[in-house]
Amino acid sequence: MTGPALLSVEGVAVDLPTPRGNLRAVDHVDLSIGPGQTLGIVGESGCGKTMLSRAILQLLPKKAKLSGRVIFDGQDLVRLDRERLRKLRGRSLAVVFQDPMTSLNPVLTIGTQLIETLQEHLELDGVAAKMRSIELLAAVGIPAPEQRLMQYPHQLSGGMRQRVAIAIALSCEPKLLIADEPTTALDVTIQAQILDLLAREQRRRHMAMIIITHDLGVVAGRTDEVAVMYAGRVVERAPTPDLFKKMRMPYTEALLAAIPKIDAKPHTPLPAISGRPPDPTRPLKGCSFSPRCKYAWAQCQIEKPRLEDADSPGHQYACFRPLNIPAGAPA
Amino acid sequence: MATLELSIDQAAIASPVRTRRLGPLFWMAIGWMTFVFALAAFADLLPLPSPFDMDMLERRAPMSAAHWLGTDGLGRDVLSRLIYGARISLIVGLCAPVIGLTIGGALGILAGYFRGRFETLVVGSMDVLLAFPPLILALAVTAYLGQSLLNLTGILGVLGIPAFMRVARATTLTLARREFVIAAQALGASHARILLRELLPNVFLPLFAFFLLGVAVTIVVEGALSFLGLGVPPPISSWGIMIGEGRESLEIAPRLAFIPAVTMFLTVLSFNLVGDTLRALTDPRQGAL
Repeated sequence: MTGPALLSVEGVAVDLPTPRGNLRAVDHVDLSIGPGQTLGIVGESGCGKTMLSRAILQLLPKKAKLSGRVIFDGQDLVRLDRERLRKLRGRSLAVVFQDPMTSLNPVLTIGTQLIETLQEHLELDGVAAKMRSIELLAAVGIPAPEQRLMQYPHQLSGGMRQRVAIAIALSCEPKLLIADEPTTALDVTIQAQILDLLAREQRRRHMAMIIITHDLGVVAGRTDEVAVMYAGRVVERAPTPDLFKKMRMPYTEALLAAIPKIDAKPHTPLPAISGRPPDPTRPLKGCSFSPRCKYAWAQCQIEKPRLEDADSPGHQYACFRPLNIPAGAPA
Repeated sequence: MATLELSIDQAAIASPVRTRRLGPLFWMAIGWMTFVFALAAFADLLPLPSPFDMDMLERRAPMSAAHWLGTDGLGRDVLSRLIYGARISLIVGLCAPVIGLTIGGALGILAGYFRGRFETLVVGSMDVLLAFPPLILALAVTAYLGQSLLNLTGILGVLGIPAFMRVARATTLTLARREFVIAAQALGASHARILLRELLPNVFLPLFAFFLLGVAVTIVVEGALSFLGLGVPPPISSWGIMIGEGRESLEIAPRLAFIPAVTMFLTVLSFNLVGDTLRALTDPRQGAL
């Protein structure tokens, strides 16, 4: 990566106290993203993707303990006081949530929700804020935006609501947009539209974006870099083309293999990843993926692999038995 | 392409205009409430005899042109007492739940949003208030502070706080976990803003429906307290006092107790009907709302 990072996450760990003991949701994650770049965070349910995004935004549940540093635009968000943080959120750091059914206030009109955000952060007057809201709704592909302003969220379809949520997130021209599974709750045909919309608006506004998803297909064509998470840790991180061409981590391979292929013969069994993710309240001594990994050997159960640099630039992985290693290279 | 256009046209025609059917009962209830409110508000302008003027020669007089609903045991005009009594019953019935609504609602929303020690304190003190026998409290307060409209309203209001607090807190608890609240935080909203703009409008609808039911209950409770002699001091009339006074002549003139009882019944029924209809209308059943 060239130039200073817009956001860098350094050694972030999130601990959640539960009745069954401490749950380490995020385990020493290091990430960084430059201005205008797109980072994809991929992993299955419960691997800490959402907790990581909440940790970046400082919106963790009250009981959660956060350690590490989150440097955004030169400021450490973890140590920033409430008021400065509040000003930063929405203004330069915005989020689109998973479920557009619940991320809009059901009793306020679309217009109220958009206009108030604009007035709060950009200090626009009522008329200017309304004009800008109409522009924003038009920009996210909502027909007849003037009428939509007076409608309530329940009068819109899921895809429309997600567009509105994106419009609200984009309203203050944020430098970084975090899209937390933005298409999971939507119809497949709408998914591509929303992703294209996000990509288009990102290019136009030159903002950085983090796409969090469990779908490698979503990140494939739309990100500069991908981080694969498993059991709270980043297990592989690479520039997107590199990851798909020369993946090192068996987990990444398994994730990719689990995507149904359109050219597969009918009745081909889908190679699902057997077993379940490890219980996060009882951390394993060795590699967290070792119980489910078909390449695992003795060392994998004893020692936790560290994130190490691969031969190609920007590619890191945490595995003792990496795939696609050129002959003669040290394992 | 032609078929596609056709199907769009049909969809446009088929989409029904959404009307909210409230039913004739709702409007009858609204009508009765308006009627009672209007009479109570403009009682001074109506050509009514004074509700306090006694006519010992005309005790328990039957209905006549001079006294439309007859006179009571002290020769006072029943219609006039009924209308002036409506003032007391409605003032207490509306003001007491307003106290509960504002204090209980505010405490409930704050407790549900901030959780932690504040919530424990609020819920604990409300449990104490709930556990206290309401009649004993009413007796104690009237014994110390005396019988007056203000004291009566105050007691009934305070007794209503726990219920409103619980409704507000329960609603807030489910709402505060919804993503739109987190989304508001992510957009940089302050606590005050989230409480007032995100939570309050959502909590207000169920709270208002509960308020209308609270009005109905309070009118009945006011009647019961007055019946026991703990209500407003005589000679002021309220429906409960009239029923209490009518009890003495139930065998001779049952209407003296029944007329205020029926009025109270109809009014309470109206509040319940309206409250129930509004609750059904605002029932958040629309998917994952």
